[in-house]
Amino acid sequence: MQSVEPDEETEPVLAVEDLQTVFHTDRETIRAVDGISFEIRPGETVGIVGESGSGKSVTARSIMGLVESPGEVRSDSSIRFNGQELTELSDTEYNEIRGSGIGMVFQDPQQSLNPVYTIGNQIREALRVNQGLRGEAAREEAISLLESVAIPDAARRLDEYPHEFSGGMRQRAVIAMMLACDPEFLICDEPTTALDVTIQAQILELLDELQAERDLSILFITHDMGVIAEIADRVNVMYAGQIIESAPVDALFANPKHPYTRGLLGAIPGQQADGEPLRTIEGDVPTPNEEATYCRFAPRCPDAFDACNAVAPAHVDVGGDAEHTAACLLYPDGETEETRVSHHQSLGTPRDDTGETNE
Amino acid sequence: MSNAIEREQTAASGETLVDVQELKTYYGGDGFFASPPVKAVDTVDFEIQRGETFGLVGESGCGKSTLGRTLVQLEQATEGSVSFDGTDITELSGPELKQWRRNAQMVFQDPESSLNDRMTVGEIIREPLDAHDWKTKADRRERVTELLSEVGLREEHYFRYPHQFSGGQRQRVGIARALALEPEFVVLDEPVSALDVSVQAKIITLLEDLQAEFDLTYLFIAHDLSVVRHICDRVAVMYLGKIMEIGDTEELYENPQNPYTQALLSAIPRPDPSVTIDRITLPGTPPSPRDPPQGCQFSTRCPAKIRPEAYADTDDEIWHAVEQLREVVRERSRMSLSTTDQLRKRLDRFSRFDDIEETVTDLFGELSVPQSVEDHVRHAVELVKDGEPKAAQTYLREEFGGVCDTTRPGHHQVSAAGRESYCHRHLDEYEDTTTVLANYVDGA
Repeated sequence: MQSVEPDEETEPVLAVEDLQTVFHTDRETIRAVDGISFEIRPGETVGIVGESGSGKSVTARSIMGLVESPGEVRSDSSIRFNGQELTELSDTEYNEIRGSGIGMVFQDPQQSLNPVYTIGNQIREALRVNQGLRGEAAREEAISLLESVAIPDAARRLDEYPHEFSGGMRQRAVIAMMLACDPEFLICDEPTTALDVTIQAQILELLDELQAERDLSILFITHDMGVIAEIADRVNVMYAGQIIESAPVDALFANPKHPYTRGLLGAIPGQQADGEPLRTIEGDVPTPNEEATYCRFAPRCPDAFDACNAVAPAHVDVGGDAEHTAACLLYPDGETEETRVSHHQSLGTPRDDTGETNE
Repeated sequence: MSNAIEREQTAASGETLVDVQELKTYYGGDGFFASPPVKAVDTVDFEIQRGETFGLVGESGCGKSTLGRTLVQLEQATEGSVSFDGTDITELSGPELKQWRRNAQMVFQDPESSLNDRMTVGEIIREPLDAHDWKTKADRRERVTELLSEVGLREEHYFRYPHQFSGGQRQRVGIARALALEPEFVVLDEPVSALDVSVQAKIITLLEDLQAEFDLTYLFIAHDLSVVRHICDRVAVMYLGKIMEIGDTEELYENPQNPYTQALLSAIPRPDPSVTIDRITLPGTPPSPRDPPQGCQFSTRCPAKIRPEAYADTDDEIWHAVEQLREVVRERSRMSLSTTDQLRKRLDRFSRFDDIEETVTDLFGELSVPQSVEDHVRHAVELVKDGEPKAAQTYLREEFGGVCDTTRPGHHQVSAAGRESYCHRHLDEYEDTTTVLANYVDGA
């Protein structure tokens, strides 16, 4: 999907700035998403990759306005969709956006399908709500939607229930349902994780085609580096609630800069010469339950030094172009440790933040 | 690590530990009124050498887990034999079986559900020892402590509960439990599928170390092909209860011969955007193992299927449409009719399937279909509309089916090292798969 030449001047479809989503528990406040920023330009696919607990799914839910108590999107976060600030919307206004502007595909298609209605019923409902189509017109449109997601024998399939569909078919049906809303921006949260590899290939191909046909912008969330390499134009790597590296897909895989990204890529089996052991990352992913006044990866980092535990790294340019940034005290390259550390210190703008909500 | 060397040695020892012959495991189907059985494992033969890691890969529902479970007698084989060190274990029962079970253990996929939440980690690992009355109580206790450290956990974890552990640690508990009785053979059923990649790497490394230390023989079941490539010496690729290709891992990955293996390997997303792969995207989904195709199990999705003589020169697009129609008819023949519909059928008022016309228009509408093909398609469509999709399916198979649709292929040796592949195309009279698939990718 490298067909799109991102134009610097174009207005982003989605601009996320300093997004903070926290979950309050009795004991502590978990900063599931801790101050991340990224943009998605028209027709582009942006990937978020990370392990469980890195906050990637919470990011998706925050954009969709699906974070519920005890979770909360902090008030100084900003999510702009086509210039419109989403964090200030009321529930009704949000429904409008979810209906027609942003579509979402979840990992488990069962979640999005009602088991007691036929697939046809559910697609027709989406068509009625979003486009006001009824009766025969809705049926015709539903058939053509199912055909556009490559479900054979669409007319009969309309009368079947979700349980009569295979996993891959269900995911296609969900995508068809979402297309009924004619969105311009799509969030895919691990849409192929539950599927077999041959079916995954079909779904990725389908998303590719739909994107080209309908000029969709896609936010693609996954833990699978292989899938990301295939589908994304730009990639954000998340770790413990933060984006630690952001780069065009080619640069990220050819030249990973952050020690975590390198560790992740080294842990993928099948990439090593025969007999060579897998690289592992020591320790476990921490729970982000306090303000990041240090690098959260430092305890596991093979390249960590003293300052890593005392200074919060900011995003600095690490590659040939401004698009490749990493939040790591090892950069910018070629500077002395002291200069690098003070550079990061000067970039860090401490937030007024006590772990409590100031409302 | 000395793994590579270790493997060389073990693989060279060439002593067979597990010998599987003509094994079948069916579910259901017994009883006069029962519907046909689910043929989860449908006649497989293979051997596992002592000390090697034998991989079993395939998509969900291909029967790989059932096969693994049959090998440790968690499922009863319907037919065939599994010889373990020369003893046919499908014949064992009672005390003999229990004694043998010490030798063969299993690690399960989901560390959430395979550990009892109400038992402490220590109790979980001790349970097999208790069950087999292993030595004295103090010895058992000591053994558990020893196992904990072997799998990278600590002594103080003995009194914790599974929910206090992460997924990776829980999987370590599962591994410790499997090793408690010092088995020779361990079935690892998707042991790392539920784990994150960095955790997965640690568990794989642990499994490799344990194998070297205790001379274990592994059957490694997985759907993730890259994990299998990393850990396995030999591998079998399964589809719908049948082994499609079996042989040395590296050789099979480098130069797959079976069309299914080729498609499967081409479908793995590579973590390298600079590589472009000629992907063979398979159409549709695997058929139900309750009603497998009459010929080759893979024939409904195979991109290298052999056409009958009469249609060898038919235009590719038309042939593709015919294949799709066959799939649609096949799907419809699976549907059961409601009582009302059956009544309507008797009264000749049946119209439930009339919408097949729309599908046919979609498939053939824009093509110029030769009369010879069209007549047969029409006939089949009429049969479907009369409520006889099964008859239509047979009709289409008889008319458009080639050798792949009618006859089960055999296993053909495809390399000097003894790799075997299950496909008609290895016979001299047909073009070989690699050439056919290269054209398929170019054409697509």
